[in-house]
Amino acid sequence: MLKLSEVVTYYGPIMALKGVSLEVNAGEIVCLLGGNASGKSTTMKTILGLVRPRTGSVSFEGERIDGLLTGEVVRRGIALVPEARRVFGRMTVWENLVMGSYVRRHEPKDELDRDMERVYGLFPRLRERATQYAGTLSGGEQQMLAIGRALMARPRLLLMDEPSMGLSPALVDQVFDIIQAINRQGTTILVVEQNATVALSIAHRGYVLQNGQMVASDSAAALLKADDVRRAYLGEE
Amino acid sequence: MSDILAILPQQLVFGLALGTVYGLIALGYTMVYGVLFMINFAHGEVFMIGAYVGWGVLAVLLDWSVGGLHPIWVLPLMLIPAMAFCGGLGMTLERFAYRPLYARGATRLGPLISAVGASIFLQNAVMLTQGARMKVYMANFLFPRTWRFSIFGVNVSVLMIVMIVVSVLLMWALVVLVQRTTLGRSIRAVSEDREMAAVMGINVGRVVGMTFFLGSALGGAAGVLIGLYYTQIDFVMGYSAGLKAFTAAVLGGIGNIKGAMVGGLLLGVIESLAVTFINPAFKDVVTFAVLILTLVFKPEGIFGESLADWKKV
Repeated sequence: MLKLSEVVTYYGPIMALKGVSLEVNAGEIVCLLGGNASGKSTTMKTILGLVRPRTGSVSFEGERIDGLLTGEVVRRGIALVPEARRVFGRMTVWENLVMGSYVRRHEPKDELDRDMERVYGLFPRLRERATQYAGTLSGGEQQMLAIGRALMARPRLLLMDEPSMGLSPALVDQVFDIIQAINRQGTTILVVEQNATVALSIAHRGYVLQNGQMVASDSAAALLKADDVRRAYLGEE
Repeated sequence: MSDILAILPQQLVFGLALGTVYGLIALGYTMVYGVLFMINFAHGEVFMIGAYVGWGVLAVLLDWSVGGLHPIWVLPLMLIPAMAFCGGLGMTLERFAYRPLYARGATRLGPLISAVGASIFLQNAVMLTQGARMKVYMANFLFPRTWRFSIFGVNVSVLMIVMIVVSVLLMWALVVLVQRTTLGRSIRAVSEDREMAAVMGINVGRVVGMTFFLGSALGGAAGVLIGLYYTQIDFVMGYSAGLKAFTAAVLGGIGNIKGAMVGGLLLGVIESLAVTFINPAFKDVVTFAVLILTLVFKPEGIFGESLADWKKV
């Protein structure tokens, strides 16, 4: 479904991705692991067209998408739950969800309403707070809103950047349950995480990124067991 | 002292009428600042060109049919072309004078300097094509001197009422657009988090262009109103009006739409108080003292957030 081959991305003079290849098949949950500054977020931004790869290619459902405007990438069915949530704090919860469906704004209203209901079904808390400013929500609620906002685009591939960041352990479990539920409803998921154990517990496959290079890729179960991977790349003893 | 108090209500009415128009111009500064974090110093010139467009329409109408001009149809005929032309001019400025700079990652100083250059360019373009002598707005044909009445000894002209009503209507339309429409939500999304707005699928460049269109169109309308009010326009009128509206925007909290309106009104009233209690010659001194005092003591303005609240600049 999504395929990156030999992607090289620069931030100014810094080579952030040094030839990254990865593949996500339809229906999977794939997790991309790595420490700080390993290139995880850059990979996300490259997929979305927020930064352009210098060489290599990104293709989605068989078509090249590197070089497209971000809006066009989103229109083709990729949505992002960004790092640190980044909801629009000065807009209401409802408006945030409407912004999420921006690329579908010409579709019939009842289609959008149905998706809104689906999001409210997943996150009843958002319905209660629909008219509240998103900036007044708690961290966990903002994460739910960020996920709901991305779902409003009705993506076939959902990118999630550090969904566990800054959440309490109980909330982390809840968020990952929801990720699994969304996946079962037919959305393919690529999740970037530092919290390897939780991410691998729900993922089918995983990749490990270090210093802009892919250093391991295997099934989630194998990665969980591979002691050397855990020690060397996931910072665990 | 009793003399002074006697003219105060009259001065306040003048201040109110001018203040709403300042607010209208200030909206252009504040909207552009909201999406690009730059001060469009050519906005005063956009306002000035709006005044010229309105003057041109009025001159043509007077040429064709002397007499029988009623503001109810003439005023829209002046306002709409002025707003459309200025809106287009604003978009053009953004496209050719600012975007090439910020799109290449220039610092914020780059577009700012370009704006000063655009301002000088537009002034001189108008001077060369329209002449350096002032143009006279034939406002008397539209709003005869007899169209005035007095309430409790305060002289109110129909023109002042029209200025206030038109300004308030345009501001109301803008607020509805920004709060209720897809374009308005896109503008707010871009001003809050440009990258996430792009991730929503918004074409950020187009939204920035539309923001320039809206702000500049309001400036153009203000140009027509000020032209009718002062009855004389020239190619440098945008300079002081622009600075005053900029002051109003800063006073209200730059980037904040409500702030621009309130700042404009306040500035109009402060000016009228200065005229009443100090000396009319000190009007501009007081205005710019307000600017300096705001920047020193409350740089975020009345409704603005402090810098610490900004996610990214």
